Amino acid sequence: MEDREEYQLRVEDIHLSFGGHKALNGISTGVRKGEVFSIIGPNGAGKTCLLNCINRFYHPEKGSVILEGQDISHFKTHAIAGLGIARTFQNIELFGHMSVLDNIKLGAHVHLKSGFFSGGIYFGKSRKEEIELRKHIEEKIIDLLEIEQIRKSIVHSLPYGLQKRVELARALAMKPKILLLDEPATGMNLEETEDIARFILDINEAWEITIILIEHDMGVVMDISDRVCVLDFGAKIAEGKPEEIRNNEHVIKAYLGEEDITYSRLGA
Amino acid sequence: MRCGDFKETYIKDEEIFQSLFVKFCLGMFLLFLLVFPFAADAYMLYIANMIGFAVIGAVGLNLLTGFTGQISLGHAAFVGVGAYTSAILVTRLGFSFWLSIPFAGLVAALAGMIIGIPSLRVKGLYLCIATLAAQFIFEFIFIHWESMTKGITGINIPHPRIGSLEFITEKEFYWITLFFVVLGVGYARNLVRSRMGRAFVAIRDRDLSAEIIGINLFRYKLSAFAISSFYAGVAGALWVTFLKVVTPDHFPFILSIQYLAMIIVGGLGSVLGSIFGAVFITLTPELLNYLSEIVKMYALGHEEIFVPMKEVIFGLLIVLFLIFEPRGLAEIWNRFKNFFRLWPFSY
Repeated sequence: MEDREEYQLRVEDIHLSFGGHKALNGISTGVRKGEVFSIIGPNGAGKTCLLNCINRFYHPEKGSVILEGQDISHFKTHAIAGLGIARTFQNIELFGHMSVLDNIKLGAHVHLKSGFFSGGIYFGKSRKEEIELRKHIEEKIIDLLEIEQIRKSIVHSLPYGLQKRVELARALAMKPKILLLDEPATGMNLEETEDIARFILDINEAWEITIILIEHDMGVVMDISDRVCVLDFGAKIAEGKPEEIRNNEHVIKAYLGEEDITYSRLGA
Repeated sequence: MRCGDFKETYIKDEEIFQSLFVKFCLGMFLLFLLVFPFAADAYMLYIANMIGFAVIGAVGLNLLTGFTGQISLGHAAFVGVGAYTSAILVTRLGFSFWLSIPFAGLVAALAGMIIGIPSLRVKGLYLCIATLAAQFIFEFIFIHWESMTKGITGINIPHPRIGSLEFITEKEFYWITLFFVVLGVGYARNLVRSRMGRAFVAIRDRDLSAEIIGINLFRYKLSAFAISSFYAGVAGALWVTFLKVVTPDHFPFILSIQYLAMIIVGGLGSVLGSIFGAVFITLTPELLNYLSEIVKMYALGHEEIFVPMKEVIFGLLIVLFLIFEPRGLAEIWNRFKNFFRLWPFSY
């Protein structure tokens, strides 16, 4: 905790439980500006819960989320987008009946100004705004993620891998400072996984966006992360550089299991 | 016919009417609407006016139900609120008809927002029932607040005028209706391609991720209710001014259902669909009337069978639509257009 001041986003002592089940048990960690920070752990370790707490989907019983020195624990869910935190989901959460372009445009919602009056007239400022948005999306985001050919397709008709990319595009349209990626490479073949890893690095370097990544593909995690945090049963068991994590005995135990631990998990 | 139509600027690609041919067709249609009253008889103009009111109301309901996904069974109530607001303002406070229209919309919008408050907590069927309550509450108010609404005797409304120009006949009123229809449809079409309309659809498709990208659900759901009810209020005010009288009987529950039928038959989530639906639901009973007259001539003595058949056929048509074309007339139109895009050389 000696370097907590330099964290761009940090969580402190987060406790979250569903009924009697403790999902997160006093998690404290933080991410520095410009980092690729990965959160790993076995299934049910609380990784997605942690993102949901940052996002204000879940309201932790205890603990705080601090973005650039400001406590955002009391913000409404929809206000988080305006602060520059974007997110993709494990199970794609796109707007299925809209075109790819409209989905990405929606990402920019908080950066647009037209209301029910100017939007309905669609002239002058609001028209200019729409055209500029379109230009930005086409030339920056669609070009980066290589989805030119599907920009007018309806989202639910697209294959899984492309939908994941569209979701990433929508998150980018939010012009975030911090991007939370929840298993971006799940269900992809090797080539698609490599594409996603490349996109993440591009975004991180060229756009200077801090990345918080949850991923089960250890190859990706170890290759692109600056730091890795390991959760198990709602508690943090390790944090550090990829090579440190790889050799950490707690981590190996959590993943591969050990007889004593297996017993204790069963409550014996 | 539209193949080989490539865009060079983003402005061109964001246009509603994408090609010169489409613009030409639209121009011809508008021209037809302008010439129509000179060729049509009073009955046809009466129907045209009714279609106009239905279009305004249906576009409004489609913004709420088709685009935002909030089912409302109380649309007729908001039509009624607008109608009574206009009637009361004109007869009691001496407002001109023109000024009473926006007020009718605003009061209806306010009523819609109040009824829309439960939408933050309840969805789907539950919201349906909540809005159904609105229908019956407002019907009750229209009947029993006699000091204001004159109860079941109703209010007589003077015809609108600009200076010495009076709008009495169907033909004269047609221009008023046409003006508001074009305004209403144009506004809705623009709204749904800009920030607010996209937010509406986002709420319909997946409200959780709508929140993540920064859409304030409460605000946008209430806005949808307000805009939808505004349309309903305007439609109501125009309608009763056209009829020259307003009574509580004008806004029964069945009218709400009819509006829902319009947007379902026409196509949920499509402005064009609302127009198709409004035309279909208004015209079909008239056509069936006409047909049953013909049938009656050839089958004298069997009227008691044919007259109720009308209702059965109308119901059947709607059911068939739900089964065979659940996405409505708008979808048929789209297929039709796509067929001709490459015609006559498909592939």
